[in-house]
Amino acid sequence: MFYREAGDFKTSYEQDSQTFPIKFDRFRYYAVLAIAFLVVPFVINDYWANAILLPFLIYAIAAIGLNILVGYAGQVSLGTGGFMAVGAYACYKFMTMMPEVSMFVHVLLAGGMTAIVCVVFGLPSLRIKGFYLAVATLAAQFFLVWLFNRVPWFYNYSASGQISAPERDVFGILITGPNAPAWATYMFSLIFLTLCALVARNLTRGTIGRSWMAIRDMDIAAEIIGVNPLKAKLTAFAVSGFFIGISGALFFSVYLGAVEVGEAFGITKSFLVLFMVIIGGLGSIFGSFAGAAFLVLLPVVLKVVGVDVLGWPTDIVAHFQLVIVGALIIVFLIVEPHGLAQLWRVAKEKLRLWPFPH
Amino acid sequence: MKDMQDGYTTADGRKIGGVVMEMKNITLRFGGVVAIKDISFDIREGEIRAIIGPNGAGKSSMLNVISGFYVPQEGEVWFHGEPRPQMRPYEVAQQGIARTFQNIALFEGMSVLDNVMTGRLSYMKSGLFSQALWKGKAEAEEVANREVAEKIIDFLEIQHIRKTPVARLPYGLKKRVELARALAAEPKLLLLDEPMAGMNVEEKEDMSRFILDVNDEFGTTIALIEHDMGVVMDLSDRVVVMDYGKKIGDGTPDEVRNNQAVIDAYLGVSSD
Repeated sequence: MFYREAGDFKTSYEQDSQTFPIKFDRFRYYAVLAIAFLVVPFVINDYWANAILLPFLIYAIAAIGLNILVGYAGQVSLGTGGFMAVGAYACYKFMTMMPEVSMFVHVLLAGGMTAIVCVVFGLPSLRIKGFYLAVATLAAQFFLVWLFNRVPWFYNYSASGQISAPERDVFGILITGPNAPAWATYMFSLIFLTLCALVARNLTRGTIGRSWMAIRDMDIAAEIIGVNPLKAKLTAFAVSGFFIGISGALFFSVYLGAVEVGEAFGITKSFLVLFMVIIGGLGSIFGSFAGAAFLVLLPVVLKVVGVDVLGWPTDIVAHFQLVIVGALIIVFLIVEPHGLAQLWRVAKEKLRLWPFPH
Repeated sequence: MKDMQDGYTTADGRKIGGVVMEMKNITLRFGGVVAIKDISFDIREGEIRAIIGPNGAGKSSMLNVISGFYVPQEGEVWFHGEPRPQMRPYEVAQQGIARTFQNIALFEGMSVLDNVMTGRLSYMKSGLFSQALWKGKAEAEEVANREVAEKIIDFLEIQHIRKTPVARLPYGLKKRVELARALAAEPKLLLLDEPMAGMNVEEKEDMSRFILDVNDEFGTTIALIEHDMGVVMDLSDRVVVMDYGKKIGDGTPDEVRNNQAVIDAYLGVSSD
């Protein structure tokens, strides 16, 4: 009833190509932003930050990054965990080498470093695609984890082989380390997520996004009508790497605080982010949010229901959790292969007509 | 007619200009198979040039040579009076050669508008950072190119579907969107690979009208492959006939129609 295009006229091409062309969408977007920035920081506590909000924000950045590569440019990647590790270790090195510089700079530099590494491992995509490319990126995953395990320079020769984030602040407010307040870590991650989502949206609705999608949908035809495949693929790897690097840096410095590379950034991480992208919806920014929310929230919900409501033992619930998440993923892919984003689109199309479907 | 360096005048009074593209002794082999054997012909400015021939004659291969997708083993492609160095297909596209495909090669996951805008990629030069912020050059460029794209969309009468994902469109419309995407590049030379394949009479008439209109309004030089002889003879100014990779005829539709080799290739020759 409120969701109407009627009367919402566009008189310029700028208006027509904006991110939320429908007025209702636009206001809802402003409302979500306002709540996220102005309300949540005042009510947040440590449990909410560490169990739900931080992982959601950080995984959403990673999912946006991977979605650009897989969903928009059509280049399959199983190296997300490895690339997140690059972001984490780059961030760690920058933090220890330049302690006086702002955390914002460290995280951005870590993203840039990951972009470079991602482009290097993206070079095979110029010759191979599909499953073969997936295997090539899988090699990146294992190689990077091995590298960070075996070369002590990366973890500053610490005895445990772990890296742990020293205390760093932005404008005098602690962001990393055990004493960082929940609202500060939340705001820090939220700012990055907002910027990443805006940049991703701008890129995907413009020229670069079109050349990515052209390569995804039909690479030979794309080249014949004027898409430079080298440029399109490598920019996709670079932009994707930049986002994934940022998420890796945040995951290490803001969320976990201390990291052992094989545990935190193993192959399971690659699959987790890939599941988020597939369940959320390939080729959709909203889908990245939805997928991250789904896979972060579901275990929490199951745990609350199992332990607190039904009173089952914790270990049984933990096992059930795996079974149920796995089953739900399968059900989801059968019912709606295009993910949560497609369900959302269908719902919106229905809403446009509701309650008068004719 | 051939000796006239500056072109000729067609039967319906259109002025045809100088040579835009010239194929010189092109030979293309795939291993032992000779797809194109020593073929030469030219395409003149403003004309509609047809390439015809039975299945497997090498017509599509010829188009792929022109658009840079195949590299011939022998021979040269001359474009605007100079030999074209070997280049990648996207560089050829940037030189002003656009094409459509025999089996529709649209980007199915994108809307009609995005497909047409993809045709204008060669004109969009803004950098990554400008695009990431959607400010300055990127935004101005988007709007300017959108205007051109909308003109093409108007011209081909596909305004009502501009926001529709291509995957949802029927075949005939897809063919038209593909033509729109090629036209959006404002090509100097437009290559059409069987623009009317699989269409009914009415759709063929529509498409023929669009091709003539494109030639007439934008002055675009067109080279097309088509199997429907009626269409070819009505549309084109000059026709190249190929058979088994060789050129067996070249001239106006009337000349080609009466060429004995062409009649043999199409109707067959008795073996005794």
